[in-house]
Amino acid sequence: MSEAFSWLYSDTVKEHFTNPRNLFDPAEGFQADAQGLTGNVKCGDQMMFMLKIRDDVIADVRWKTYGCASAIASTSMLSEVVKGMGIREAYNIKPDDIARKLGGLPDNKIHCSVLGDKALRAAIDDYLDKTGRSGLFRNEGATVICTCLNITDRDIEEAVKAGARDWQGLQERTKIGTVCGGCKEKAEELLSDYVHIFA
Amino acid sequence: MTDRFVYMDYNATTPLHPEVKRRMTEDLEVYANASSMHEAGRRARSRVESARAAVATLIGSGDDAERVLFTSGGSESNNTVFATMFHLGRKGPRKGIVTTAIEHPCVLNSAAWLCDEGFPVRFVGVDSHGRVDMDELSSAVDDSTLLVSVMAANNEIGTVQDMAAIAKLAKSRGALVHTDATQAVGKIPVDVKAWGVDYLTMSCHKLYGPKGIGALYVAKDAPLVPLIRGGHQEHGLRAGTYNNVGILGFGAAAELAWAELPAYRERIGALRKRLAEGILAAVPKVRINGHPTEVLPNTLNVSFPGAEGEAILLYLDLAGIEVSTGSACASGSLEPSHVLLATGLGPELAHGSIRFSMGRETTADDVDYVLERLPPIIARLRAMSTVEA
Repeated sequence: MSEAFSWLYSDTVKEHFTNPRNLFDPAEGFQADAQGLTGNVKCGDQMMFMLKIRDDVIADVRWKTYGCASAIASTSMLSEVVKGMGIREAYNIKPDDIARKLGGLPDNKIHCSVLGDKALRAAIDDYLDKTGRSGLFRNEGATVICTCLNITDRDIEEAVKAGARDWQGLQERTKIGTVCGGCKEKAEELLSDYVHIFA
Repeated sequence: MTDRFVYMDYNATTPLHPEVKRRMTEDLEVYANASSMHEAGRRARSRVESARAAVATLIGSGDDAERVLFTSGGSESNNTVFATMFHLGRKGPRKGIVTTAIEHPCVLNSAAWLCDEGFPVRFVGVDSHGRVDMDELSSAVDDSTLLVSVMAANNEIGTVQDMAAIAKLAKSRGALVHTDATQAVGKIPVDVKAWGVDYLTMSCHKLYGPKGIGALYVAKDAPLVPLIRGGHQEHGLRAGTYNNVGILGFGAAAELAWAELPAYRERIGALRKRLAEGILAAVPKVRINGHPTEVLPNTLNVSFPGAEGEAILLYLDLAGIEVSTGSACASGSLEPSHVLLATGLGPELAHGSIRFSMGRETTADDVDYVLERLPPIIARLRAMSTVEA
């Protein structure tokens, strides 16, 4: 019956939703070298990545997700993409890369795939912490938002994680937008996304 | 995939009753303008009036059918009431609008509009079962209150309000009373006289009739300002050429709903009980939302901690089971159901909520099919989840 009509999401999303890859199974006894958790149950999405890493390459991966179909599918897709990938490259995967591989996501669902890459980065950061290289990749692949003061999306993310909840709080922590103010719209958009994810 | 198709979203809309469909097909021939003086027009008009009588009977206004105005649906009926308040409030001494936190967006947004226009608006809270807090209502309504608008039964959790008590309180302070009875009509007895309301909103497509037609009951002395101005139809209170087929379909649906109501309540109530008990027995750690007894007989709202509503909905959909959810993911916003949050439910339980709403065509076999497919879906999502159930 359902097959006769186009689905809510792309066929790829449906495929990953119905057959998620690399899903964590407690019976399997997966031994993770590092793990990362991102998201907020209040908002309806939370993801966890567990990584097995050999010579800075992701040898194997498992994940868990509390969330909607696109959250499940994007975590599943991301897990396939990063298997066998070096941690530096994996750290720099962009949400758009995952959304594209999934055949696109509706606009209001993009934040679901934003979460997956953040959980992955948290897991890689956990590994870097454990191997004495804390923060090694933090500013790689970041996008400059405030060109006057060279403040990146990662800086905004870190500020939100440290407690910034509004524009004033963000400015207090980063001085963003205090010169020309031209970045305010873009920065506030990111601020709202990050507050949703991390607050 | 599956060939099974179990529709459990009757609170969203219902299929046409086969008898309504049969009669509407014949009614397609009734093309004459029901306002015309000639015989064809008079015939059409007479059938429109029979339909009005059937709709009026269903809400306890059978002896005063002309209090029922046909509209394009529930949203128009609600908007007409709030637009009337705008006009009354601008000219008169009373301006206060009192409504509840669990209304349909149509009422919430109409109230928000009046708030923007400078009207004082109060949203009264509900208890954990979704019943209006009468103490809060009592303190919110005073001699400056223009309108008290409370839905008779909630679309998401099915909780039924004590409309007679609410109307009595409002009337004792001189306020007008409106109830959005869109979900109540056809599911439970509705009696405008016993309730003592001034305005009552109805929608036809929730009771096995066509979409695009609804009605507004307006008590004899209650003021009304038309939302749609034009000709003299409906005593000049709602202009526009009579929608013959829609109105006749509404009449047929109302007549059938009236005749079937006692049997419907008993049969659907038993199915609801079967579904609720089955879920409680087969799925650990669930929460049934809404009032335990003062609830629509067809509506069962359940929270599944540890599983997210949109994912549950789509896995059920792949099994051929159609339901709805209070999850934010399904709402297009970032907030889960305002109704469940108003009952004090935490966001996680609201995200993991599923509404099963049954109807005329639902069978015990359908319920058993849901009970077969649902538990493994919840177990699977919980195993996948970062959140403990």
